[in-house]
This record gives sequence, structure tokens and C-alpha cells, in this order.
Amino acid sequence: MEAYLVAMLVFAGFYALMALGLNVIWGLAGMVNLGLVGFFAVGAYASALLTTKLMWPMPLGWAAGAALAAAAGAAMAVIVARLRGDYLAIVTLGFAEVIRLVASNEIWLTNGTDGISGIPGPWRGAVTPQEFNLVFLAIVWTAVAIGFLLLARLSHSPFGRVLRAVREDEDVAAVAGKPVLWFKVRAFCLGAAIVGLSGALYAHYNAYIAPDGFAPLLTIYVVLALTAGGVGSMRGAVLGAVLVLVLLEGTRFLAAAVPGVSPVQKAALREGIIALSLILLLRLRPQGLIPERTRTLHAPKATP
Amino acid sequence: MIQDWRDVVQILLNGVMAGSLLMLPAIGFNCIFAVLRYPNFAVAGFATIGAFAGWVANAQWGLPAGVALMAAFLVAGAAGLLAEEAALKPLRPAGPLTVAIASVALTLLLENVVRFFFGNELRGYDLPVLRDWRFDGIRIGPQQLANTLYALATAGALFLLLAFTRLGRAMRAVADNPTLADIKGVDPDRIARVAVFIGAGLAGFGGMLIGLDTSIDPLTGFRVVLSVFAAAVVGGLGSIPGAALGAMVVGIGEEMSSVLLEPAYRTVTAFLAILLVLMLRPQGLLGARG
Repeated sequence: MEAYLVAMLVFAGFYALMALGLNVIWGLAGMVNLGLVGFFAVGAYASALLTTKLMWPMPLGWAAGAALAAAAGAAMAVIVARLRGDYLAIVTLGFAEVIRLVASNEIWLTNGTDGISGIPGPWRGAVTPQEFNLVFLAIVWTAVAIGFLLLARLSHSPFGRVLRAVREDEDVAAVAGKPVLWFKVRAFCLGAAIVGLSGALYAHYNAYIAPDGFAPLLTIYVVLALTAGGVGSMRGAVLGAVLVLVLLEGTRFLAAAVPGVSPVQKAALREGIIALSLILLLRLRPQGLIPERTRTLHAPKATP
Repeated sequence: MIQDWRDVVQILLNGVMAGSLLMLPAIGFNCIFAVLRYPNFAVAGFATIGAFAGWVANAQWGLPAGVALMAAFLVAGAAGLLAEEAALKPLRPAGPLTVAIASVALTLLLENVVRFFFGNELRGYDLPVLRDWRFDGIRIGPQQLANTLYALATAGALFLLLAFTRLGRAMRAVADNPTLADIKGVDPDRIARVAVFIGAGLAGFGGMLIGLDTSIDPLTGFRVVLSVFAAAVVGGLGSIPGAALGAMVVGIGEEMSSVLLEPAYRTVTAFLAILLVLMLRPQGLLGARG
């Protein structure tokens, strides 16, 4: 039970990192990203391949995973940042599918649907599996803490304010002399890097990655996490990630308690509940549990 | 590989047949986009619902495929209308992107409803086994040809509806300028419901055509969704003739690329088509709005 709890907290950390990344892209800069799992996969595969095939040390692999995801994010942002949000939604969704297809079919590189196994983990083998879980728990949540502190500062820095201005009204931001495209590209880059780092950490925790692990469902989890916590709020992103994990695991017990259903039906019930909760949440509490606080000054009263 | 003109004809023919399978879901997607102005990602779910409704009618009740296609249209249309009214419509004030995100969740929900009742295994329709026709080395599957004709006939019927009926004129008016249409006494809510019913129904019809071509499972719709978006974007978001043309372009493009690349990369071709169009001509081939 203890091991289970620790493992779940590690996963909560992965989700929290992804939610933080998404919060920069969507929450601050207002760009939808329905292809999060694609950036997650890029980070995971990059780090896994570099450490298993080229024997890079793990921290370098993690950095490379984040950097590669950032590069993919930058390329995507340059192509679509000038277009409307609905195109961005389509392109990012497509990007994630393409990554999954490439991972399934470039067998020489990714070992196809069999996946990559034997990915090293920090001190794996030198310590007991329980201790390894704890080590990783510390690593992941340190990353979350650093990410959170940096992003929380960033979101109230001039950079964050410009991103919010871009989100609210691009034209106004442009009129105020801000290079909108350049800000969007940087925001997309930064967000994708954090998601990529999360993917890289996941690969080394799990020791095994395969294309099946990067289904669009994961993007929904993270969108749900951020919506639950509060879009635009960094504390909300972390809280939402923990909540989504509780919901995910809760549905596992709930589905197990329903009598007379097959395993496939249980899985369908769980995924259905997740999807339904996102729809209900958007309807009932779109601002999330911790709504974004902006230090907006009240408009001065009109002088008579 | 390409050796003489017959191979080229074969590729074009396969491309047209592949494109006609994408055509109806793409038209459905653009039909909803034209009136409601949000990308409804749930077309994947509607296609799957249609494919399974048609399967129940055909394989379980023994109805012929033509009748089962009508069932696919009606059930998917009804599911689409229900989902729109219950889940998506209340989100419209929050903006098109919120609705788009909810529609992704919706497609997941629909997919899992199907999975709950039918499981994950592949299912085939009850069809007569027909041998491919051969003309001077060119192969045509009778079922594939029939699917193409079904798709073209349905698209043609929609064009007639839009071009010559009062309802069609009202739909075009709302798509063009909702405020003006409202002033002239066209009820935008009613038109939105009609557009969603037709759009989701066409996605369901197309989903069953895809199933007739191969087999179905809960991911039937999702597997082609990127190609469907590509067709819609290439043709121009919101343009119905554009979706038909875009589907042909994407179908032929995917067929050509699967000769050069691995067949698994068809979807990648579709994605590249989206990127190419967005970089060169964001409004699409026939789209008016940028």
C-alpha cells in the first residue's frame, strides 16, 4: 500500500509538471495545445534513446529531452502562432498522433510497438525498489517545486504580463509595441520544454516506454488537471494534477466495485468518467478551484 | 512501384476511393464549423457511433447495407444533436476553444460508450464476398466502388439541399452572417440544431462507409480523424464544397505517399498537408474567410 501511494505521488508529479507546462502555453499565452502528449513523448524517447544507445549520463538525457521538446514546440509555434486558435487545436492534436506513428514505425530507432526497455534509473539496482521509488519521488517533486517557483515568479514578471496581454487581446499587445509572435514562440517553447522534461523523467522512472503509453488520453488528463485547478494559476496547476490522480485512482476502485462487468468495460467506465468530468467541470466551474489572481487595478472612476 | 500508366491510374483511382471515405465526415465537420464556428472534434465519435449503429442494423438485424447506412446517419445525427444540446451548447458563451476542448472529451466519452457495449474486438459487416473487377490490369473492388457512389450521392443530396431549399438558404445565410440572418427572421438556434444533426449524421454515414471498406472497432472514427481534419483544412474550414475537394486531395495525396513511404504514414501525409496549407494558403483551397 505504501509503495502504491508513493508510486501514485510520483505520477502526480509527472502530471503536475505537464500541467505547469500547459499553463504557460494555454493559461498565460492563451494558445490551446491538444498535443501535449506529443511533447511528452518527444522528451521520453529522446532521453531514453540517448541514455540507452549513446550511454549519455541521465541528467544530460533529461536536459536533451526538454531541449528537443522545446525545439519541436518552437517549430510548431512559428508555423501556427499567427493563425486562429482552432487551427492550433487541430495542428497540435495532429502533431501528437504523428509522433506516436513515428514511434510505432521507425523500428530501427524506437524499436516500434515493442518499445524501449531497460532505461536506466537513478541508483536503480543499487537500492531496493521501495527506496528507488522514494528517490524518484524526491527528484520529481524537486523538479515540480523548482518549476513552480520559477513559473510563479515568471507569471508576475513583465514577461508574464505581456503573455497575459497577448492572451486577452493580441492587437492591443501589438499596438503597445510588443512583438506578439516572438512572445508566443517563447511561451510555447518554455511550456513544451517542461512537458518534455516530465516525459524524460517518466521514461527513467518506468524503465520502459512504448507508443501505447502516449495516447491522447494523457492530454485530456492534463487539460482536466489544469481546468480543475484553475487555468492561469500555477498553484492551481499543481493542485489540479493531484486531484486528477485521485480521480483516476478513485475510478479504479469505483470500477472494481461495480459487479458483473468485464475488464474492458471497467476500462471504458473509467475513461468515460474522466471525459465526463472534464465536460462537467468546464460547465460548472470553468475558473477552477484556485482561480487566477491578476493584480489588475480597478479602472479609475470617470471624473464628472 | 510505378512502372507504366496503369499504375498511375490505379493510384488515382484508389485515391479517389480513399478520399470519398473522408469526404462525408469532412463535410460534416465543416458543416458544423460553418454555422457554429468551432471545430467539433467529436466527429470522430459520431463516425464510430454511426459505424456501430449501421453494424447493428446490418449484421444483427439483417438489413441490407443501403438501409443500414440510413440507420447510421440517423443514429449518429441524433447522438450528435443530443450531445450538442446537453454538453456543448451550454459552453458556447465561454468561447469556441472551450467548446473544442469539450468536444475532445466528448469523443472520448462516445468512444467509451461504444466500448462498454461492444468491446474492443474487430467486427465486420455482413456483406457478400465479391471478387475485384479487372480492366486491363486495373483493379476495382465492387464494394469500394459502391462506397464511393454512396458518398458522392450523399454529398450531392446535401448540395441540392443547400442550393435549392428554403432550409438550405437559411443555413447558408446563418453561416454567412448570423446577425443579419437573425434580423431577417431566421432562427439561428434551429439552424444550429439542423447543422449539428446533418453534420454528425454525415460523420456517422462516413464512419459506416469506412467500416464497409475494412472492419470496425471503437477507434474507427479516431483513426481517420486527422485525415478528416486535413480534408477540412485543405478545402477551407467552413466550406462544404471545400471539404469535398479537400477530401479528394488528401485521399489522392495519401495514396501517392503510401507508394513512396510506408502505408502506416498515410496520416503523416495528412498532417503535412495541413501544415503546408496553413503556411501557404491558410484559408484553404475554397475557403473565403482567413
